[in-house]
Amino acid sequence: MSRDDALDALLTDARHGSRRALGRLLSVAERGGDAASALDRRMLDAPPPLWTVGIVGAPGVGKSTLTARLVAAAADGPTGPVPRVAVIAVDPSSPLTGGAILGDRIRMQGVGSRPEVFVRSMAHRGDDGGLARAVPIAIRVLGSVGVATVIVETVGVGQIELEIIHVADTVIAAMSPGWGDAIQAAKAGLLEVADLFAVNKADRPGVADAVRDLEQMLDAGLARGSGDGRAWRPPVLPTVATDGTGIDGLWSAAEAHREWLVATGGLQRVRDERIRHEIGRRAKDLLAGRIDARTAELDLATARQTPGQWAALVAADVCAHADAPGTSAA
Amino acid sequence: MSDPPPIRILLAKLGFDGHDRGLKVIARTLRDAGFEVIYLGLRQTAGSVVIAAEQEDVAVIGISMHNGGHLTLGPMMVRAVADAGLEIPVVIGGIVPAEDVPTLREHGIFAVLGPGTALETVVATIHAAAATHDGMVG
Repeated sequence: MSRDDALDALLTDARHGSRRALGRLLSVAERGGDAASALDRRMLDAPPPLWTVGIVGAPGVGKSTLTARLVAAAADGPTGPVPRVAVIAVDPSSPLTGGAILGDRIRMQGVGSRPEVFVRSMAHRGDDGGLARAVPIAIRVLGSVGVATVIVETVGVGQIELEIIHVADTVIAAMSPGWGDAIQAAKAGLLEVADLFAVNKADRPGVADAVRDLEQMLDAGLARGSGDGRAWRPPVLPTVATDGTGIDGLWSAAEAHREWLVATGGLQRVRDERIRHEIGRRAKDLLAGRIDARTAELDLATARQTPGQWAALVAADVCAHADAPGTSAA
Repeated sequence: MSDPPPIRILLAKLGFDGHDRGLKVIARTLRDAGFEVIYLGLRQTAGSVVIAAEQEDVAVIGISMHNGGHLTLGPMMVRAVADAGLEIPVVIGGIVPAEDVPTLREHGIFAVLGPGTALETVVATIHAAAATHDGMVG
């Protein structure tokens, strides 16, 4: 069977509910290269998921447990052969060996085996943007086979948390009481990208302080406009993921965010921005190898120039040969 | 793009068996050898392992056994994999008496890694098991 026939067969099987075929397709997406490009071309006319939700937060705040609860909330409803909700759980790869331990399923034991739910663990495989490079294609594949809601859970700090806004319609930031200074540190990143805040472990002391601190920071001018003047003010909601307290309220608030996006035309806007972001990123990927190669060739002894001047030279050279081999469509 | 992707392996313990220290050591060893380890942890069933193996598209299933149930649960695991139409080799590690190994092999267990197995042997065995798994598209 040719590769194209194999992909078509897998897509057909996945649309009829084959978990195995869907698992295979996601591996194709993860692997990248020509097969992933051929798969992605098949996504051009396919519907995206109705909704993509990102969940971010530092390790240890109960993110996976919270995700499992939200998945259970998203899974309730009419069920066809294809899972209603899929989770992509991203964990870091070892920079030294490329290996990874992907442990997010441990917290999803209850929901991971439900027929309405599909869980996929992904290692970020050294992606410098933080999120696994395959996530955007994986989301398209999930949507194309009929998954309604995709929840992307990412671990970590900084870049990883910021990258999530380029794949998710709605971003939920998970925190826990007692963060204190950590909330301060996160101000410049997390507080600007999240659409909702879950203060998890709300059965512990300090939850009122954490909620108040967050509310104050949000009131200090972080509410974002929608383009037509109707701003979205991220709500702050206490949750106890281990026993389910506050989960229904959090999920309802997330749904309200989606409705706000739809009502204000924001959904289409964030999706357009997302595609542009991915295009730009992949264009940089295509050029990166040639920039590195050209840089390695430079004979630094030929001129006394600053690194900035050399860089301008490299960029000019690479752009002048933009149609050179090695830049075939990826 | 032309580098082979990391091999994905699923690690789990079946049933009522709380001894997961060995499995955690194996998980780290395999990570350090470049594998992507999907760690399911404790109290799995053959059914939950099969569901996870399908979704995660793993090349190998590794089961750790310390409760003497290997002669029952090992073949049950292999049967569940086959019943789901999957061709994924099953490797068992943990406390398995040497005299039980031939029986497990007859039931389709790819390999048994007993106490004292060198970590290099573990890695080599998982590589060998993964090589029997049918390949990727493209």
